[in-house]
Amino acid sequence: MTIAYQIVVCGSLVPDPLQTLEPVQGPTGPALKNEMMLPSVLDPWAGHALFEAANLAKQNPGSKVTLISLGPKAKLQQLMMTIAQKVPFELSVVDGSASGFMDSGEVAAALAGAIQKLPGLDKTKLLVFGGCSSASRDAGVTMQLIAEQLGISDVFLGVDELKVQADSSFQLLERIEGGQYQVSTCAGAPAVIGWATGNLPEPPNNPQVGMANMRGIMPALQKAAPAGFKADKIRFASVELPKQVRQTRIVKDTPVDEIAQEIVTWIKG
Amino acid sequence: MEKILYLAHTDSNGQLPRIALEVLSAAQKLSKDLAGSTLMAGLIGGDVKSAADQIAGSGAVKIFGVSGADFNESRYATDAKAAEALAKAAGATIVIAPGTSRFARALPGLAFRLKGSIDTHVSGIAVNGAQLDIQRWYYRQRMVATLTRAARPWVLLVDSGAFPACAGAKGSANVEAVAVTLTDADKRTKVTGVQAPSADAQTIRPDAELLFVAGAGWTKKQSDGQIHGKDAEKIILDFLKTSKASLGSSKSLVDLGAEGEAVLSFISHLNQVGQTGATPRHPKGLATCCHGEEPHVVGWRFISERRAINTDANCGWAQGKADVLYVADAFAVMRKVNELLAKA
Repeated sequence: MTIAYQIVVCGSLVPDPLQTLEPVQGPTGPALKNEMMLPSVLDPWAGHALFEAANLAKQNPGSKVTLISLGPKAKLQQLMMTIAQKVPFELSVVDGSASGFMDSGEVAAALAGAIQKLPGLDKTKLLVFGGCSSASRDAGVTMQLIAEQLGISDVFLGVDELKVQADSSFQLLERIEGGQYQVSTCAGAPAVIGWATGNLPEPPNNPQVGMANMRGIMPALQKAAPAGFKADKIRFASVELPKQVRQTRIVKDTPVDEIAQEIVTWIKG
Repeated sequence: MEKILYLAHTDSNGQLPRIALEVLSAAQKLSKDLAGSTLMAGLIGGDVKSAADQIAGSGAVKIFGVSGADFNESRYATDAKAAEALAKAAGATIVIAPGTSRFARALPGLAFRLKGSIDTHVSGIAVNGAQLDIQRWYYRQRMVATLTRAARPWVLLVDSGAFPACAGAKGSANVEAVAVTLTDADKRTKVTGVQAPSADAQTIRPDAELLFVAGAGWTKKQSDGQIHGKDAEKIILDFLKTSKASLGSSKSLVDLGAEGEAVLSFISHLNQVGQTGATPRHPKGLATCCHGEEPHVVGWRFISERRAINTDANCGWAQGKADVLYVADAFAVMRKVNELLAKA
């Protein structure tokens, strides 16, 4: 039996990992220096969630993928130029800060509110996907807080594989300690799934997909609802870059035997 | 006056994992530093008696327990309910718990149900007068923040390696059982097992003294213009076998597989260290054939002693990111290292 899932992917932007980040004090708390100017990418684990969602939708005809992004509209528009050609999705936008210093509770409330407002939402077919944690806050709690607000009690975190079984139940592999997976089965939708890397490569750009996506993306950006963050939950005493820079000893033009002996002595020391 | 609940779950042997004992020492310190506070413990597991005995002498004035077959397995719905029942039984204003995969999944639900807040990856705790400050990293270990919250309850998930493990707290404990009613809806998810690599293929060893990182250079053309993937596999596996190191990799090496290029067969995304991978804690780290770019090195934040082997004297490791950089051919050096380790 094939189910037409409603797959909602929560994912936003983070600074390009190759950028140098420097904290500064903003009017409402800590921020990144030149934050609005920093090149952004789709949060990597949320990206994996989006690709997995598209793959699941492809295997289950009639399924629909909606990407809900919380971030500054202008930056999201730039981001969409890079990801719209990857996989088919509809976009829903919440306009607000994508800063890692925002409280997860406020972020989750905004995202859950946006999910609840999706037209034709049917919780019996609902799968909420997202990254297992973000590359900004790296808290790993937003998906669970969304689940609580939606009243969904089947939650998985650090998922690398989801297989729909013949009876519409799921089998999931979740990362646990020591490079192992916990294997679980879940009776079916609704469920909330925080993805790790999954197993899929990044899809190649497809201009036709991009054109189809862009028809909905621009109106979605124009309709973006404000997140309405209060940003008063956390009091930051300091945010600093780590100060430790090592005095690197560079060993070159040295025989291999000598280097190997030094490494072995160090390992055993 | 704060009511501190130390929350932990048992492992597959019914014992507390090491990280739980580390967090117990953090809870003890917190209770000592926060004047007038009370320390209690809450345990979740199939049978928590043995675990309770492990912490009988911890100073917790009460030990609550939720136990039974349904709580033996790591599942969001039952774990969140158990944690909620324990926190309510204790009237906790602060819940401090180990950041295991089980609690990382379940305890955000606890915070929501208590109408409280949660912070994860806590790496430091300090009491400043009557105020509790915590330390955690942002932007994947790029910057560290000290912060506090006024709202209670406040759930704290503490990372491993941040505190010494509590020792000498064993005794005979009296566990106050807390009942939790489960519905069929709570058991829609069933844990069917654990998929673990065979002992020979076990390359991720969280308790290892050494992290050995393999970079993409192992699969690139060497000085003879050829790729030596099989040699690389043998050298690395021999080294892991003799040194008992944990294997990490750079993203570029892991991604090669997805791009259809030559790969090391035993490396997967689980080995990935860095911005989009793990941030393991080991006393020592040795990077090989890896350039030491910032997105990778942020995963080394908690590696104390760092050495690297690279043919490029100007690679990232030379820029103050490693203690020692050996400018050499990693194939030759590691072959010799293996020889020496085999003889030892």
